[in-house]
Amino acid sequence: MASRIETRIRETTTRGEKAMGIFVTSGFPDPAHTVEILQAIDEGGADFIELGMPFSDPLAEGLPIQQSSERALAAGASMRTTLEAARAFRASSTTPLLLMGYLNPVIRFGVSNFFRAAASSGVDGVILPDLPPSERALVAGAAADANIDLVHLIAPNTSDDRIRHVDQVAGGFVYAVSITGLTGTGHGQTDAVNEYLQRARSLVRKNCLLVGFGISSHEDAMRLSEHTDGFIVGSAVIRKIDDLFGSDAVSGTDRAKALTAFVRALKYGKPTQ
Amino acid sequence: MNLISDTPTETGRFGDYGGIFVPEILVPAVEELTAAYREAQQDDAFQAELDGLLRDYVGRPTPLTFANRLTDELGGARIYLKREDLCHTGAHKINNTIGQILLARRMGKTRIIAETGAGQHGVATATVCAKFGLQCIVYMGAEDIERQNLNVLRMRLLGAEVRPATSGSQTLKDATNEAIRDWVTNVNDTFYIIGSVVGPHPYPMLVRDFHRVIGEETRAQLLEHEGRGPDALVACVGGGSNAMGLFYPFLEDEDVAIYGVEAAGEGLDGRHAATLTLGSPGILHGAMSYLLQDEDGQIELAHSVSAGLDYPGVGPEHAYLKDAGRVTYVSATDSEAIEGVKLLSRTEGIIPALETAHAVAFLPELAGRMTADQIIVLNCSGRGDKDMGTISEYV
Repeated sequence: MASRIETRIRETTTRGEKAMGIFVTSGFPDPAHTVEILQAIDEGGADFIELGMPFSDPLAEGLPIQQSSERALAAGASMRTTLEAARAFRASSTTPLLLMGYLNPVIRFGVSNFFRAAASSGVDGVILPDLPPSERALVAGAAADANIDLVHLIAPNTSDDRIRHVDQVAGGFVYAVSITGLTGTGHGQTDAVNEYLQRARSLVRKNCLLVGFGISSHEDAMRLSEHTDGFIVGSAVIRKIDDLFGSDAVSGTDRAKALTAFVRALKYGKPTQ
Repeated sequence: MNLISDTPTETGRFGDYGGIFVPEILVPAVEELTAAYREAQQDDAFQAELDGLLRDYVGRPTPLTFANRLTDELGGARIYLKREDLCHTGAHKINNTIGQILLARRMGKTRIIAETGAGQHGVATATVCAKFGLQCIVYMGAEDIERQNLNVLRMRLLGAEVRPATSGSQTLKDATNEAIRDWVTNVNDTFYIIGSVVGPHPYPMLVRDFHRVIGEETRAQLLEHEGRGPDALVACVGGGSNAMGLFYPFLEDEDVAIYGVEAAGEGLDGRHAATLTLGSPGILHGAMSYLLQDEDGQIELAHSVSAGLDYPGVGPEHAYLKDAGRVTYVSATDSEAIEGVKLLSRTEGIIPALETAHAVAFLPELAGRMTADQIIVLNCSGRGDKDMGTISEYV
């Protein structure tokens, strides 16, 4: 049976649209705002949301997500506050929700406990960037028991055989990292990226394929998702949240509306004036 | 049943520890490295070139010195010092950098990156990059750049670019994060020379293998001096490379007691770096091992007077040896390490690195409970010139 994540992505692509995933760091800029931020992103048309579990040493992240993680931890974010935010969001929305983050906090929480707690908080999928498919046995059983999709990543230097293997084992979708690089960095050779995504498209048959890393505008999103079912935006959203929620410059309702508009524009382009 | 030294497995496991917990982008890189290393091990020309460089450039074999005045002063077992402080660049670290740069060249990589804490691994990497004419970038915590500025000067003189890591605690952990981020970004042409028995497989294995010459020489030299093997081995443990190098060839010798000495910093009830003593299992920098972490799995800041031991993780093989009960891990505080520097300097005319001084600090206790016909070998992993600034605050 298709999961809630896959079902939602396929519904969107059936309408002729690209599916949009939005990443946001839990607890950034502080835990009190996370549910409001999730709801604003949902309102903006996200097909799924990745809620980042902050970690002290996020080694695949560029500066925006690194700093958001540091600030979230300093503001008191923890696994408990992240799960609470997930549960509160789920109470008011059916939009698929994933938790994304590094392995150590998951292991510390207890792998089985973590997946059980995630499931009971309404989480549909988990993405662990430092868990390559070859090490998935560490968590795969617990994820399956809790009926949670374990999303795996591929990169431009992933071999054809390995991409096929990832497609076999991944749940939810396959996450194509667009560059050999960190989150929040731009693209150099467009041709090479294109060639890689075409290759990935031809190899990923079972799962939906979404592209992420280095997408900060609607134009980026449309260009990079030509060969995929959709796209994921993270750092650009973090920067926007920092602008809107990081200071008292913008009032409460205005900032939620502005975030919703920003997310909507990533999917549909800026509204004509 | 596997012997304790018959590790790691094909997938890089030392019991439950080790593994390859890295972003997908790095998986082809570590697999390529494993393949290149396996090939090199079968290649006599590689081994001959490595041996030649260790002899003619590093200065191996290093002496095994009988510490007669230290032995007399402590009044127990006979103490020998394995003199890694006499290696070119002043510490054992170059055994590994020479080996890894030969692998990098074999794999056609043109750009070398490294992390460094005390700067000894950075200097050893910059040195071999100069020797082989390869570009070298060393990541170093901004705080460590401050307290180890002589080593920064050395690296720059050797042609390396030293990039400060300004995130987090600005020490070795953060320098390692930055090096991994560089590796993720430049994986196609870049070789990451990891400085200890840490990181994803195959690093803990190959770094150990490049240092095992320490233990192998020790065995042969002691046989020559004493006609027999040691009763006890002692080495300091941060990431644990010098310790693995000395210990590994003796792991199957059940009558050899083995001690690793961690940094207890201000004391085990204060800020410290005693990962095996007080940490718990987790995943950092690509491998499962013991870590200093809080209840929520966030990595805690380590503290030690010695920048080289100031790391909240430890090599996965040490975690395995601890759980197996094969190695006993103890700890020494900052002030005990300073006393260790003074002790070895005064009795033997050898000023040890602050890292090494932690191992020295355990000698009075260990030698005292052993008898005069027993033998201890201490790995004198580095010399203390680099630490004069820090030590001057204490003497």
